[in-house]
Amino acid sequence: MPGIKRIVHKHPLAIRWFHWINFPVLACMIWSGMLIYWANDVYKISWGSTVLFKFFPQGFYKSLHIPFRLAEGMNWHFALIWVFAINGLLYVLFTIFSGQWRLLLPNRHSIKEAWLVLLHDLHIRKTAPPAVKYNAAQRIAYSAIIIMGIGSLLTGIAIYKPVQFSTITWICGGYETARAIHFILTIGYVLFFLVHIIQVVKTGWNNFQAMVTGFEILPPSKKTDNA
Amino acid sequence: MPNHTLPEENISSKSLRKKSLIAFLILFAFLATAWYIFNYIKKQPEVAGTPKPLRKALNLNEKVFSSLFDSSKLVKEYPISEAAKKVRVNGKDGLKDSISEQSWRLKVVRNTGDTFSVSLEEIKRLPKKEIVFDFKCIEGWSQVSHWAGVPLQTFIEHYNLQPQSKMKYVGLQTPDKGYYVGIDMPSALHQQTLLCYEMNGKPLPLNQGYPLRLIIPVKYGIKHLKRIGTMFFSNEKPPDFWAERGYDYYAGH
Repeated sequence: MPGIKRIVHKHPLAIRWFHWINFPVLACMIWSGMLIYWANDVYKISWGSTVLFKFFPQGFYKSLHIPFRLAEGMNWHFALIWVFAINGLLYVLFTIFSGQWRLLLPNRHSIKEAWLVLLHDLHIRKTAPPAVKYNAAQRIAYSAIIIMGIGSLLTGIAIYKPVQFSTITWICGGYETARAIHFILTIGYVLFFLVHIIQVVKTGWNNFQAMVTGFEILPPSKKTDNA
Repeated sequence: MPNHTLPEENISSKSLRKKSLIAFLILFAFLATAWYIFNYIKKQPEVAGTPKPLRKALNLNEKVFSSLFDSSKLVKEYPISEAAKKVRVNGKDGLKDSISEQSWRLKVVRNTGDTFSVSLEEIKRLPKKEIVFDFKCIEGWSQVSHWAGVPLQTFIEHYNLQPQSKMKYVGLQTPDKGYYVGIDMPSALHQQTLLCYEMNGKPLPLNQGYPLRLIIPVKYGIKHLKRIGTMFFSNEKPPDFWAERGYDYYAGH
């Protein structure tokens, strides 16, 4: 039929809001976290006694105007943590109660299928395994990011109030270990973000705009029944 | 095959375009608003060194976490063997003048105009408590270190300052008033809070606050005032050196 398009409803409105609220909030958490980290920037990757990479080089700090802003960083961090935590909590609750978790959590086929997705993405394999909303690699990645968020929250509490929440600090392996995990998880978000952007650009406009509009437009040739 | 499919629908191209446009406009409006709010907050007049909305957030956090404060929760203690021999020195504020034990006295203000003085000898005669704990700096480093002194709680009882301890805060200042802190009373009365005169079993070094400093393990290092000159009590927040420079007033663990 001319003038008629067939669409498939992909992302519920609530999930789109959680996603787009999280984007600036997490960006601000990472930025303010860097302002805090600068005051005691002890982490590095070493091979024996050789430092391969220091987090972070002076040029990096300077170009982002990070030095001597510890108080400002802490104040933003501990103000926005409420938004980050509440938004994340609502996302998890929505995912549980709406049944969206069925489309999100990995299942028993996911590890094998994720491997096939990877081969497909690397142009080694022609076809990708069938998927409803997310393919197996996405299921693993988008579930892992929730675990990472919970990890950031717990390690953050562990270093923010190590006496009142001493049990959480103990679970996180102590004060200094908790700080290290908190940092590693943040590096994890940045890597996740880079891969996420590359994948979204590669997958194309129809997929991207679905995170804004909620729906994907089906190609005209596609049969209406995909059951 | 997965037993769930996503709902599909036929829609006219016109209404599809309209729906997309509205969704994108809302997203742009949202992101623009977020950017505006971020810059608006940064531009707000400062209260004690930080934009007012951030100071309000810190005060809210202070309300939440001081109401959760449980004085029976103790800071983890370590064996003396784990204490650092070389203890980090991070600040010299308030320590510029010379000092001698003969002339030094701790001035305690009971009420305005009602002050008494205590010598180091008198403080040393009170029951001594040692603590080895992980000293935590707001900068992010921490160090296990070994201190000894009289619990502030014991000092308050010995000098009959119980009426004063019903007030909300303790204020401490260096003799030159170059450094000063305010401590909420529950943290001040915590059993691990010490008026400290020894580090690693020896009198405090000058750069660690000789002759008497505060050791308050439930707070960040910024509250562990070195070289106490004056102690007073108040229901208003006493002035606090770092809280005037943008930092959190509570700074508690």
